[in-house]
Amino acid sequence: MKDTPLANCERDFLLKAIEEKKRLDGRQTYDYRKIKITFGTDYGCCFVDLGRTRVMAQVSCELVAPKENRPNEGIMFFNIELSPMASPAFEQGRQSELSVKLNRQLERCLRNSKCIDTESLCVVSGEKVWQIRVDVHMLNHDGNLMDAASIAAITALCHFRRPDVAIQGDEVTVFSPEERDPIPLSIYHMPISVSFSFFQQGTYLLVDPCEREERVMDGLLMIAMNKHREICSIQSSGGIMLLKDQVMRCSKIASVKVSEITELIGKALENDKKARKAGGRCGFAESIPQERITALKMEESPVEMMDVTERANDIVQKAEAPPQTVPSPVVPVPGVGQVGQGLQNTWGLEDDDEEEEEEEENGNRGEEQEGKASKMEKYEKEESRGGDVVEISDSEEEEVVILHPETSDKAPVNTGSRSSSHQKGAAKSKKK
Amino acid sequence: MAGLELLSDQGYRLDGRKATELRKVQARMGVFAQADGSAYLEQGNTKALAVVYGPHEMRGSRSRTLHDRAVINCQYSMATFSTAERKRRPHGDRKSTEMSLHLKQTFEAAVMTQLYPRSQIDIYVKILQSDGGNYSVCVNAATLAVIDAGIPMRDYVCACTVGFVDETPLADLCYAEESGGVSSLALALLPRGGQIALLQMDARLHQDHLETLIEAAMTACKGVSKVLDEVVRQHLQEVSVLTGE
Repeated sequence: MKDTPLANCERDFLLKAIEEKKRLDGRQTYDYRKIKITFGTDYGCCFVDLGRTRVMAQVSCELVAPKENRPNEGIMFFNIELSPMASPAFEQGRQSELSVKLNRQLERCLRNSKCIDTESLCVVSGEKVWQIRVDVHMLNHDGNLMDAASIAAITALCHFRRPDVAIQGDEVTVFSPEERDPIPLSIYHMPISVSFSFFQQGTYLLVDPCEREERVMDGLLMIAMNKHREICSIQSSGGIMLLKDQVMRCSKIASVKVSEITELIGKALENDKKARKAGGRCGFAESIPQERITALKMEESPVEMMDVTERANDIVQKAEAPPQTVPSPVVPVPGVGQVGQGLQNTWGLEDDDEEEEEEEENGNRGEEQEGKASKMEKYEKEESRGGDVVEISDSEEEEVVILHPETSDKAPVNTGSRSSSHQKGAAKSKKK
Repeated sequence: MAGLELLSDQGYRLDGRKATELRKVQARMGVFAQADGSAYLEQGNTKALAVVYGPHEMRGSRSRTLHDRAVINCQYSMATFSTAERKRRPHGDRKSTEMSLHLKQTFEAAVMTQLYPRSQIDIYVKILQSDGGNYSVCVNAATLAVIDAGIPMRDYVCACTVGFVDETPLADLCYAEESGGVSSLALALLPRGGQIALLQMDARLHQDHLETLIEAAMTACKGVSKVLDEVVRQHLQEVSVLTGE
């Protein structure tokens, strides 16, 4: 299924909001969405939530023959699976452009940066090495898949334990976890990808674009870094033209973000280690009773509540009382009737409009001259209008007026010089 | 990486070049009669052929048609005899698909696609011999082919790879340098405005060195653009002589 195209007005709205430095979810330009890392029951299983983007990574291992040109190095294999579960735009079984792009980027980010010691994965040189396979599955697509995938993959690799092996002569024994404790992989550094999206030919820049923003962006720049401020890969995509300064600025932002995320991953791993040591239940099975895996759970979003009560009271007090009058049936011309606050019924009334406008101006001026329009007067006006309603049937002008009961201030003025003078008179009489 | 010394104490590289020196670039335009535009480009020992068809009506699935600009279709392939080990699949594996994607992206940025709504431009590139810098050689060859086809571009797109050894940026890496564990950066530039159409980097590099590396790559790209400009001018002269103007 092809993605439904974005409506023009929605596109304009998003771009306009970005121009005003606003984002739909209330984030700042350089803010990440909330990152949550959870682990499965097994070693090497990791879920990452980035806002509503959800990704699962599973690491597995296998003994295989090494590649001919690298006889004493283990093999790393990465695969990103875009299942139709995550988004209806993903098709089953076809290598889409997006999946090639993500796969290669993940490979470049994790393999080419040599973050894992592949030589330690060799069992018998030239015969048997460990093949480490990282499968990343997209569960829900809400933009920025690359960052979520890279966090999930590196966290899963850190979490993973491979079985211990012993070699005696030609014999290789693989021990089950009960016999010998499994061994963690040796990881030199943790590359994490940070995505920047560009809008309006590179004028505006956002970190961590959500799905909507990704659809209106011009291009993307992905920078993978580790906490030692080493850049592991850079990739620009989409037909944008970057300038050198923009790239430099992005790399600076990326280094800050990466150190934050690395810290978070460290904490998550620490917590999981503690939980496992304590022998408590952990992982996926535990997430069901805790309702960790339902989309219906809403995160409480922080809303500024400082002086809301006072402000609301202020507004209520300043507001005038709603008109009490009940709209009465109107008969503009014989045979045409109208009740309520609907559109003005102009059947047979076309020629009255101009006159009315003029009168409105006059009336407004009159009001300004009167100056201190007190509540009393308003009350009066309402009353006077009530009077008008009674008089309905003899003049067409007045009937038009009643059709705007919500503009109670203007309503009596609209009735023309005759009625405004009448109203003034009424006000005066009341003052007396 | 142990073994190869990529930059000698005297400042020379494996093939005797200085650090900022490019390999010899030789190119010809209009090598095929059938195609709308074609070019052959050698950069040192890396050799590439580029062919451009179009702009023409959309072929294949019409659903890809864009109503406001042309679709650019790129295919990158490597001849089976291009590498030391015989290649099994000339195209279609992950790396070639990615390379095709990058070429497409580069030319989407450079070609004035909005002039040809509802049409398609095909760019086919084939590496005949691979000796490092495949992406940049392909881009340079394809630029010439697009110019030969008479399709308007914002500027030449020139690409170059740059490596970083001993705190020194090396321009235009050859295969031995590329596989020697150097952190390399590929950059496609529109030289006149200094705009970067594609930026790609593998391997680790400290953030502080990024700027010098980009700077070096931009200078190298500008060097390439001069050579390409000369090739285009010479080709035009030859053509005008032949047509008797």
